[in-house]
Amino acid sequence: MPSLSTAPDDLVLRLSGVALGYGDVSILRDISLDVRRGQVVALMGGSGSGKTTLLRAATGQIKAQAGHVTLFDQDLGKATSQELQLLRQKMGVLFQQGALFTDLNVFENVAFPLREHANLAPPELLTRVLDTLEAVGLRTAAHLRVSEISGGMARRVALARAVVLEPELVLYDEPFAGLDPISLGITARLIRSLSDKLGCASVVITHDITESFAIADHVYLVGQGIIKAHGTPETLGNSTDPYVKQFLKGEPDGPVPFDYPSTSKFEAWLANQEAKR
Amino acid sequence: MSLNAFLIAIGRAIRTRVSGLGVFARFFWLLLQRSGIVFSRPRLVSQQIHFIGNYSLLIIAVSGLFVGFVLGLQGYYTLNRYGSEEALGLLVALSLTRELGPVVTALLFAGRAGTSLTAEIGLMKAGEQLAAMEVMAVDPVRRVLAPRFWGGVIAMPILAAVFSMVGILGGWIVGVLMIGIDTGAFWSQMQSGVDVWKDVMNGVIKSVVFGVAVTLIALYEGWQCRPTPEGVARATTRTVVAGSLAVLGLDFLLTALMFSS
Repeated sequence: MPSLSTAPDDLVLRLSGVALGYGDVSILRDISLDVRRGQVVALMGGSGSGKTTLLRAATGQIKAQAGHVTLFDQDLGKATSQELQLLRQKMGVLFQQGALFTDLNVFENVAFPLREHANLAPPELLTRVLDTLEAVGLRTAAHLRVSEISGGMARRVALARAVVLEPELVLYDEPFAGLDPISLGITARLIRSLSDKLGCASVVITHDITESFAIADHVYLVGQGIIKAHGTPETLGNSTDPYVKQFLKGEPDGPVPFDYPSTSKFEAWLANQEAKR
Repeated sequence: MSLNAFLIAIGRAIRTRVSGLGVFARFFWLLLQRSGIVFSRPRLVSQQIHFIGNYSLLIIAVSGLFVGFVLGLQGYYTLNRYGSEEALGLLVALSLTRELGPVVTALLFAGRAGTSLTAEIGLMKAGEQLAAMEVMAVDPVRRVLAPRFWGGVIAMPILAAVFSMVGILGGWIVGVLMIGIDTGAFWSQMQSGVDVWKDVMNGVIKSVVFGVAVTLIALYEGWQCRPTPEGVARATTRTVVAGSLAVLGLDFLLTALMFSS
């Protein structure tokens, strides 16, 4: 695992005291985290804990309700749409559902960012796309339509598309979901090697403890609207915090309730249903 | 319901409609602003003209033929009462170029290409494809919507012209081949009675306006729909209803403007 640089100019993404949500509702509050060049940061937490919301804040899709999101030394809250476009050209995003363009084939999906942002000659574009597809083991699937490939293959194509421009920051939303064990191991190693080779920063949103702990430099555990714990995988693995222990060991009993909490709206709905009987 | 609550409900409904119109107008303005791609990458537009136009061609041609058949029959029955059946060619041509060509083509276009555009944009939204484009620093309005908009606007007058041509052919088949009207009278009456600027060009202007209206509504509904199967289904229905009503309303306005003495 590479040693971490702590030089301030290595900072790619910083969230300081950030509150996030939709409308008047806040999902996350007082979130602070740093992501540096060459670093793989894992964001972990239960379903619905707000991990994807954090990713949306990093891409500028939603604005922080409080605090500052700083990307490449620029405050996203103050960035104009043109500045945001320039910042986004330096990042790659792997979406949770892959978000491949269904009217294009595998090759054209991966070539899409290059056609839009890099003025490459056709032979150069062909080589670059096929090389990137080879890295995810899908060079020979370049001609297939998106509807002809499996879910796991689609995620690998999306991964190739996210990194084809060799971005300085790559955000992976559930990169391991739906992958078979072999693809999962290769994808994890690919994320690590891309960070090492390109020196890019990587943020991995995942539930997969084994793979993410194997490749991450730093892990943030999100839960109950805040960052519950963070540190190196070793630190968190040795943690005695009941929340961390329950999450990492997948125990049913502990501070994280399995059952969805009851609300007054549910009670009213239930009373209404019972009255109908 | 008290009078107060009734007035509040009316006020709220009016405010919702007016703000909806404002959002629609802003969407149109945004689309026009991002239309530079039409000149920088014309291939994207030609692909859409092919997709929208070519795939609508069959339904437009078949419908045009049957409308022409019916015009030929009905026109003959009416004109025959006054002994003016030679004017059938003129009646068919004027009906098609002035009204039926642009209007029926636009209604069919709303049902065939409009629904397809709405569903495509809606499903792209539901599949996070538009969001993915945005975070790739690619503006989806410029890259996805603008080529489709201009593709629709260009395809519509071409389709309307095809509809009118096939319709006239249908009228000729019924009037000349089946009923036995003199073919020379059929074509010469049409030639002398149809004015290229007043009749044909006004029809072309109408079809361009309908093209703007229907394509814009289709794209807007797809863009604004809820990203769920139900949301896309509702948006597709709204495209047909709003598109058809817009065509009929605009046709009345344009006819009043163009053909009033």
